[in-house]
Amino acid sequence: MKASAFDYVRPATVQEVTAVLAENDGDARVLAGGQSLVPMLNLRLARPAVVVDISALDALKRIEVSDSEVTIGALVTHAALEFSQEAGPTFDLLRKVAAGIAYRGVRNRGTIGGSVAHADPAADWISCLAALDARLTLEGPSGARQVPAADFMLSSFTTVIGTGEFLTHIHVPRLSATAQWGYYKHNRKVGEFAEAIGCFVRDDAQGIRRVVAGALSSPPVRLFADQGGWPSAIDIAVLRAEVERAAPAVEGAHVHFHAAAVLRALQSGLAS
Amino acid sequence: MIQVSFTVNGERVDALVDPRMSLADFLREKLHLTGTHIGCEHGVCGACTVHFDGVSARSCITLVAACDGHDVKTIENYETDARMETLRSEFSREHALQCGYCTPGMLMTSYDILTRFPDLDQDGIRREMSGNLCRCTGYQGIVRALQNAFAAKRNEG
Repeated sequence: MKASAFDYVRPATVQEVTAVLAENDGDARVLAGGQSLVPMLNLRLARPAVVVDISALDALKRIEVSDSEVTIGALVTHAALEFSQEAGPTFDLLRKVAAGIAYRGVRNRGTIGGSVAHADPAADWISCLAALDARLTLEGPSGARQVPAADFMLSSFTTVIGTGEFLTHIHVPRLSATAQWGYYKHNRKVGEFAEAIGCFVRDDAQGIRRVVAGALSSPPVRLFADQGGWPSAIDIAVLRAEVERAAPAVEGAHVHFHAAAVLRALQSGLAS
Repeated sequence: MIQVSFTVNGERVDALVDPRMSLADFLREKLHLTGTHIGCEHGVCGACTVHFDGVSARSCITLVAACDGHDVKTIENYETDARMETLRSEFSREHALQCGYCTPGMLMTSYDILTRFPDLDQDGIRREMSGNLCRCTGYQGIVRALQNAFAAKRNEG
């Protein structure tokens, strides 16, 4: 349960990070809060040649709020979001999700960028960010590009991050003051990775209706996308049918787990 | 090897460290601070909890190489601390330990939440302590100890 040997660097600039990542072409791993990567190192599930600690990039530790969006640096911790003070439904949802991630000590150190880039489908942020239609900034040797959060994860632990690239910012469009949202995750013990996640946002002022099922063994899926984003009834049978259609790999009792998580997210968010 | 300078329990530490060494191993094997216990070594059990820049963190999944410039406090730091004394007394009163293996981590997480929250009900205490595993007590005594500590905090007002 000790990590295999690796080199360690802590670059001072984004350019140095991308340069060392590009040099090592797939054999370097980015270390943010380390709450997913270091367990994988200790278990030797990850054996990179180089660990690139990005914690010296202070510009990635800020949350910036404009009229239209919230920009969250990749190094913002779950705890910083959990205890954020800004009012409104966007931050209410971010706080709800952050407060339910793992454990106190993990929330204190773990980062939103690290969690998203790690791309565990059972983690919280990727489902939430898909429902919020967030965008992600990736910095690479030839500059920055943005990708929709919904297109970021290709499959379990696999993303669109290319050679030399790393995730620097998460951009969340702000919801209207009257927007509704709900988030529910099913797990057998507090803090475990979820067995099913349901998340929705409904912002009639902006014409937004998104319902997402997550913690599949693959990226989260948007439900009812071809039906205006919304179910014909808030009903377990309707949700089960849509989970089966949108995520055909989900089988047996898991269909019900996922439909029930989405139902509880909808019920909790629409009741409040 | 990586050169690091950081503070442990208020004292400056300068060391050359192997990049793969965890903070937990460094504390125990190099500084002989064996109050920090090692359980699962992958961030699940909470036995290795220390305070990193003032908040609880798992030292088994913190690389000591990444501690450069930071502040680390271990259970040994809190020998004479009033808040920790309250927690120790309540853990003792409520039989919140049997073998004691998880106890340093339990106390370090307890200290964080007792500092962080003005008050917590039983559900909140259980949620906040869910990242520290105890295989002896069944948690009832630990939860009661924290309820008492929060009650004492309320009375201090």
